[in-house]
Amino acid sequence: MVPLSWYLGLSALLFTIGAVGVFIKRNAITIFLCIELMLNAVNLTLVSLSGFFGDVGGQLFVFIVMTVAAAEAAVGLAIIISIFRNRESLNVDEVDTLKL
Amino acid sequence: MLVAIILAPLVGAAILGLFGKRMGERLIGLIACSTVAVSAILSFYVFFKHHAELEQGQKFYDYMFTWISVGSFRADASLVLDSLSAIYILFITFVAFWIHVFATGYMHGDKGYWRFFAYMNLFMFSMLTLVLADNFLMMFVGWEGVGLCSYLLIGYYFTKDFANDAAKKAFVVNRIGDFGFALGVMLLFSKAGTVSYFDDPARGIHGAFNWAMAQGADPLAWSAIFAGGITTIAVLLFVGATGKSAQLPLYVWLPDAMAGPTPVSALIHAATMVTAGVYMVSRASSIYMNAPTAMLIMAIIGAATALFAATIGLAQWDIKKVLAYSTISQLGYMFLACGVGAFGAGIFHVFTHAFFKALLFLGSGSVILGMHHEQDMKRMGGLKKYMPVTCATMLVGWLAISGVPLLSGFFSKDEILFSSFTTKVLPGSWPTVLWAIGAISALLTAVYMTRLMVLTFWGRERFGSSESAPAVHSAPGDHEHHSASPRESPASMVIPLVVLAIGAALAGYAGVPEGLSGGRIPNYFERLLEPSISHSGQTVGAAKVATEPIPPVAHEAVLQSGHATPAENHGLELKLTLISSIIAILGIGLGWVWFNRKPLWEPPSLLEHKYYVDEVYDAAIVQPIKQSSTSILWKIIDVHIIDGGVNGAGYLASLLGGILRRLQSGLARSYVAVLVFGALLLIGYFAIR
Repeated sequence: MVPLSWYLGLSALLFTIGAVGVFIKRNAITIFLCIELMLNAVNLTLVSLSGFFGDVGGQLFVFIVMTVAAAEAAVGLAIIISIFRNRESLNVDEVDTLKL
Repeated sequence: MLVAIILAPLVGAAILGLFGKRMGERLIGLIACSTVAVSAILSFYVFFKHHAELEQGQKFYDYMFTWISVGSFRADASLVLDSLSAIYILFITFVAFWIHVFATGYMHGDKGYWRFFAYMNLFMFSMLTLVLADNFLMMFVGWEGVGLCSYLLIGYYFTKDFANDAAKKAFVVNRIGDFGFALGVMLLFSKAGTVSYFDDPARGIHGAFNWAMAQGADPLAWSAIFAGGITTIAVLLFVGATGKSAQLPLYVWLPDAMAGPTPVSALIHAATMVTAGVYMVSRASSIYMNAPTAMLIMAIIGAATALFAATIGLAQWDIKKVLAYSTISQLGYMFLACGVGAFGAGIFHVFTHAFFKALLFLGSGSVILGMHHEQDMKRMGGLKKYMPVTCATMLVGWLAISGVPLLSGFFSKDEILFSSFTTKVLPGSWPTVLWAIGAISALLTAVYMTRLMVLTFWGRERFGSSESAPAVHSAPGDHEHHSASPRESPASMVIPLVVLAIGAALAGYAGVPEGLSGGRIPNYFERLLEPSISHSGQTVGAAKVATEPIPPVAHEAVLQSGHATPAENHGLELKLTLISSIIAILGIGLGWVWFNRKPLWEPPSLLEHKYYVDEVYDAAIVQPIKQSSTSILWKIIDVHIIDGGVNGAGYLASLLGGILRRLQSGLARSYVAVLVFGALLLIGYFAIR
């Protein structure tokens, strides 16, 4: 039996990797992957705590997060493709048309 | 029933206003005249049906709905018929009907035919509301309504600058008066706690007039005007009357109001609307009888206006201007009568004046139309050959207004002069002075009316030549004929003239002064009005006699205390009558001889320029207001304070925006940084707590 703290430790590690990735990367796809990584880190936390407390609510919540993540992936990738078609670049720092 | 009287013209106005544009002239005329005819027939019906009760002072209410009820303030939309309002609606609807008929001929071919009659019907509705209202607020509705219609009709030829200016002048000057009237009603409410005229137990309403009669008389002192009591109320209401009824110093709008079509001048600016002030003052006689200072002011202003306007009327060349100043002068007479406490005589003069002045105005309209829209008397003369009926009917009006014995103006003017000579309301030598002013004005009236007639109908024909001065503003019309000779007007205009001429000749017999018959025949008109009008502080309370006839003893007491004619005065009245008859005939004779010899006699320029009153008002009031509006209100307040405030708000918003904009760096990672940092702060906060 793996103790709970390992799960939480792994998920914290994954979340940090994701957050740092969003910070330092400029490629939109990479940032997108990092966001997915953070979402799944949270999912891991929810599932492990659900098992620990014997409450299925956490696992149910994970399903919702996965659904939203799927939808988000569809919309997000569509936006990224659209940006790439217009700009021939995936550098998020260059997408600042709305700035005055 | 009363509701139907006021609503019939409103229905007409609505139909004409909404659909009149697509109707033919014949249909428009039919609708306009028939709605007024309905009002007239109903008025005659209620008058003769309830004649006996009205004579005994009974009142007939027609309650529609409670208009405003807030706290102790209550104003009903409800109508009242008593002898005063009954007389008023009788002659208003009668004269108005014939003026409407006249107008169907006079306005023939005008593009705004439907608009004209819609306004005329709307005016009738407002005027009847004013007269039949049973409280001051309802009266104010009619009061403002007639002001609006007057404005619309003066400015009827709205493409002409002078008509628009005249309309605006009338409206603004009337507002000054209305301000006084509104203040008076507010003060009355704050003192009496009601704006209704009479007690009506059925509705639980207390009347302001009973309150006024219970107050007792104010002292006769100038300070009473500012004391905030009954005298203040009376003076404020009189300010309203000076505006609406064109008295000094607010008369200036009426001569200019002649820019409207002539039937409008006849109906609104001679026969009905301008007498609303006299009506209001007579209606509030219970207030005035307890305010001797206000009575004195009213008598002085009335007499002064009568003389002042008569002298100006002597020197005008525009036929309608002469009649306008004549109207102002006659209105002065009416206020003189009210001021000396002879409200009945004032109303009687309103009654007879409505006939002969409407007749004179319509006659002048007929002349103007016959002369192809020429109003300058310098270019008239010798018209009796061309317009025999107009001449004959105006002859009656001329003799009636001059006060020639046995015509209507004679009886009413005589009654006023006699009342002002014998009044017990005014102190000292005022009665004699006022009588003298009135008598001089009567002389002048006869002279200027003779001048008008001689210049128009007799003497050399001065038209057709272009030597005389350029025309004054003449009413525009699309049916300009270029034939030079004047022609008689069509039947639709001549018949009203004949009817009104009969009225002008005979209306006076409704109120033959008692003195003339040695007291054998009572004055019918005064007797009828008696219960509606207050004669002194401890009077026949209007409401007290609501159910029972006046006991003969009380009646006699009233006659003694008021102005009316006790037996010993009959001889005096006969003497004064003789004097005023001589004055009238003397005036006509003087005018006849003088103006037949020198028709184009140049009057003193002071009179021709109307004492430069318009110029003085312009310099003293209009220009300072214009100047201060430009230099202070516009250049400082508007530009700097109002515009500055708006621009300042915009500037402040853009300043704040400039600061907040720096948060939007456009770098996605900086947003993420803020997000993460914020999340860490929140987590840290909860962790530490």
